[in-house]
Amino acid sequence: MSRRVLVVACGLIYLFLMLPLLVVFPISLSSAPYMQFPPPGFSWQWYERYLDDPQWIDATWRSLYIGVSTAILALVLGVPLAFSLVRAKFLGRAFVERLALAPIIVPTIILSVAVYGIFAKLKLIGAWYGLVVAHTVLALPFVVLVMVAGLRDFDRALEQAAEGLGASRWHTLTRITLPLLRPSLVSAGLLAFISSFDEVVVALFLAGANMTLPKKMFDNILMEIDPTIAAVSVMQILLVSLVLVLIGRFGRGLSGSAR
Amino acid sequence: MSSSLRGFWPALPALVLLFFFFLFPVVRMLGFSLEGGSLDWYAKALGEGLYLRVFWNTFEIALLVTLFCLVLGYPLGFLMATTTPLWATLGFIFVLLPLWTSVLVRTYAWMVLLGRNGVFNRTLIDAGIISDPLPLLHNFTGVLIGMVHVLLPYMVLPVYGAVRRLDPAIVAAAEGLGASNWRIFWRIYLPLTLNGIFAGAVIVFVLSLGFFITPALLGGGRVIMIAVLIEQQVRETLNWPFAAALSAVLLVVTFAVYALAQRFTRTEPAT
Repeated sequence: MSRRVLVVACGLIYLFLMLPLLVVFPISLSSAPYMQFPPPGFSWQWYERYLDDPQWIDATWRSLYIGVSTAILALVLGVPLAFSLVRAKFLGRAFVERLALAPIIVPTIILSVAVYGIFAKLKLIGAWYGLVVAHTVLALPFVVLVMVAGLRDFDRALEQAAEGLGASRWHTLTRITLPLLRPSLVSAGLLAFISSFDEVVVALFLAGANMTLPKKMFDNILMEIDPTIAAVSVMQILLVSLVLVLIGRFGRGLSGSAR
Repeated sequence: MSSSLRGFWPALPALVLLFFFFLFPVVRMLGFSLEGGSLDWYAKALGEGLYLRVFWNTFEIALLVTLFCLVLGYPLGFLMATTTPLWATLGFIFVLLPLWTSVLVRTYAWMVLLGRNGVFNRTLIDAGIISDPLPLLHNFTGVLIGMVHVLLPYMVLPVYGAVRRLDPAIVAAAEGLGASNWRIFWRIYLPLTLNGIFAGAVIVFVLSLGFFITPALLGGGRVIMIAVLIEQQVRETLNWPFAAALSAVLLVVTFAVYALAQRFTRTEPAT
């Protein structure tokens, strides 16, 4: 009896969670010239408007390559860092771990303003690689969390076996360790990509005139409620769903990495 | 104590990045707040009614958001942890999909739903329940709804973890001894999952304190939270020392809440 009440209540809470995602689908396919719900008819006009607007396409490409670069840089820096944290004992290890995780604790607005101050001096505002560096700082904690969890579960006997059979350290790393860690690497990389692709606060300060997709969306939402945003949103939701499916299929458990 | 540095070198490149683009910029900016060696900017932040009101607003919203997330998140986490694997998977999708959808997309959707001519108001007016649209957007209510939606998953996941860790034998024993569902909940589930509740509440509260996008867009300039104020000071007034003082206060409060939380949950590793 009380279980049934719980199920109904949860059904409503799920509706609350999913409602915003569901509402953008019909609006993105609306034939009305402005925001109207329910839509009076069906059309692809908002998708066409998105695809025909070089500003939107530009912003999308920029966000994609900034996201990919961030994922690569975050892996290149974060994976060795995770190895150090799990396998080495050195002075200040606890401090290093805290520092690496701090970017998710420190409010993003503070990080953005602080880095903005530095980048303004260095004339890096508007440079795509500047955004990659700032996004990497934000993505690093995700990579570290996922990789540390992966390394803790790693069976080191497999590495010892390889070395016992005469494999060099490099060989062991590239043939045994990294391939076995692939699920964690996939999750870490994709999470780093999404964290950059969705990021708006840092981009608001650092992107300058070179819009990223989230920054362009933010500006458009501030100015007008144009259904083009709904079309962009739907594509965003589909892309993120695809990434989640990829993580589920090739990555390591999501519940752990999403904290 | 091995002070060997052997395993340290792989960490170095990441540390260099964190130093130059995180630690140094933040410390440098916070330094601006002490401009001229005085605490005047702090006095302004914490002394003037206008700004005190912003801090109070932020605190109030964070507290309410945490409360709502708790009330909505506990049943959800609980149900997901106690149902069949198939339903649990579906539940996870419904929680994780919004979590990983851009905050902007969700904020935009809430504007569509809550606006004067939005879905809610249209539906209610067409149904004859109200005659004038309810003010749901560009105010406190809108910010609250939007933030609860963004932060709810951060509450659900720790609660789920806590309920899953609970030994089912205890529940079975209570059932065998004839305890009612409510009694089992109050005497077993709730006390034994307090750690998870606490972890979720702390995350939600701390994230709320520094929230920017949702109040900036759904508040319509009328609900000023601390992060919005910092942005205004930097981009509109170019008052760096004051923005730095505000940031310092926000940072100290954030760390204080975390430190306090860690004291209480030391026995259990974070989920």
